[in-house]
Amino acid sequence: MDDMYRDYILDHYKNPRNFGELEGATHSYHDSNPLCGDELTMSLRIGNGHVDDVRFQGKGCAISQASASILTEEIKGKTLDEVKAIDRDQVLANLGIPISPARVKCALLSLKTLKGAAWGLTAWPGEEKK
Amino acid sequence: MAVTVRTATTLDVARIRADFPILEQRVNGKRVVYLDNAATSQKPRQVLEAMQRVFEEHNANIHRGVYEFSERTTAAFEEARAKVARFINAPSEREVIFVRNATEGVNLVAYAWGRDNIRRGDRIVTTVLEHHSDFVPWQQLAKDVGAELVVIDVDDDGRLRRDQLSAELRKGAKLLAITQASNGLGTVNPVREIAAEAHAAGATVLVDAAQAVPHTPVDVQDLAADFLVFSGHKMLAPPGSGAVWGREALLERMRPFLYGGDMISRVTVTKTEWNELPWKFEAGTSSYVDAIGLGAAIDYLCAVGLRAIHDHELMLVAQLLSRLEAIPGVTVYGPRTVEDRVGVVSFNIEGIHPHDAATIFDREGVCVRAGHHCNHPLMTRLGVPATTRASMYLYNTVDELDRLVDAVHKAKKVFGV
Repeated sequence: MDDMYRDYILDHYKNPRNFGELEGATHSYHDSNPLCGDELTMSLRIGNGHVDDVRFQGKGCAISQASASILTEEIKGKTLDEVKAIDRDQVLANLGIPISPARVKCALLSLKTLKGAAWGLTAWPGEEKK
Repeated sequence: MAVTVRTATTLDVARIRADFPILEQRVNGKRVVYLDNAATSQKPRQVLEAMQRVFEEHNANIHRGVYEFSERTTAAFEEARAKVARFINAPSEREVIFVRNATEGVNLVAYAWGRDNIRRGDRIVTTVLEHHSDFVPWQQLAKDVGAELVVIDVDDDGRLRRDQLSAELRKGAKLLAITQASNGLGTVNPVREIAAEAHAAGATVLVDAAQAVPHTPVDVQDLAADFLVFSGHKMLAPPGSGAVWGREALLERMRPFLYGGDMISRVTVTKTEWNELPWKFEAGTSSYVDAIGLGAAIDYLCAVGLRAIHDHELMLVAQLLSRLEAIPGVTVYGPRTVEDRVGVVSFNIEGIHPHDAATIFDREGVCVRAGHHCNHPLMTRLGVPATTRASMYLYNTVDELDRLVDAVHKAKKVFGV
């Protein structure tokens, strides 16, 4: 009935995987959705071009936090190039729930912070003054 | 905290609801419960028909044609202005300027009055209760001219800190920009007393009445402010309608806000003379059909009665507060009483982000606002990123509040909290 709030989504929200600070992080990026107050920091430890470890920290709605939790599971062990190639369709497919247009930004904040980290950005292109 | 529960209403709500076809709509298979009236209101048939009549019977541009259609449309437009003037008890129709919404109204005053009257070092006093529409224009004006923006706090019940306001006004102020009713918490400020205090300190007073004019009787002569703005779309009228009221003497001295057609009396290649009030401030083809819709909305509200509407909303607030306070994990923000407030109730459910709550409510056919309500400074003050807000109007019922409360329980069940 509540398509968006399936058990595994709520499980990732309440028991986020790979949550916390990452010691020895080589790549890290923070961003937020001012509209709803979702916040995420994605931290990677890259060695030999691979994601050796990943952690995220954040707060916000179930969709934004579950999306980040699921994404961290997805990328562990992947090469940096593979991480850079992940797109929005893949993130939405991994979530596996219908996302209404108003909530797409919640679902994709994880991808935005991951990209920011993977590409070593200090600010999102076009949002430098934020 | 104790909540006074009112149960009586003098409104014939069933009859009112029959005028609003949209309330029969179903969302996710359930009859819609519309509780986002602070964002915008629904429109009765009478307003829709008044606008339809213009398009079907005599549409033509106003103030221009010397043929019957134009004259009839102009007359309807100016009659709408007269209705607005009577509705807020303006001394003169010349003091009523049609704008698209309250935001445009504040910007009109910020540009046309602010830029010639606020100077480096002047103080602009406002409050943390302001909607961004009555905050950002002043913040930017202060930045541009080097003025100081002073923001008055609220107490933990969401009431304006009058002590702080008085102390800041005593230090001197050029402008007080204050909301009459908070869109985030429903708090009503005693604007009449505050305006008198501000005038004594030498300040000009602008009142953002976007959440007040639709819900309570507003009398600009009684409030004795200098400017007052409101939107039509929150009071049964279409989006694109709204008004600025200003004291004639101030408006006469102000430069125009927008330049162009209709706001001039004579143009030569080297100079232009302005049209007289209020048209000096109405450049270009205005949203005249929306303004006519606003006139029809005012007719509707007057027929029902603003006092009865306000009492009905307070009854709903009392009922909702007592229901929400009985649910474990629900926190209500703002005043917990029905005194000095409008029909806005902000709350959160522990463990559920407001957006998740509103998404689940939507599955139950219940429309509420979840977010910051264009009120970032207030959310920061409350220490929350966002709240869930239910806002009531004349057509809402206690049964609909029960649907909202059922949805709250549903959300708690889904999230296991």
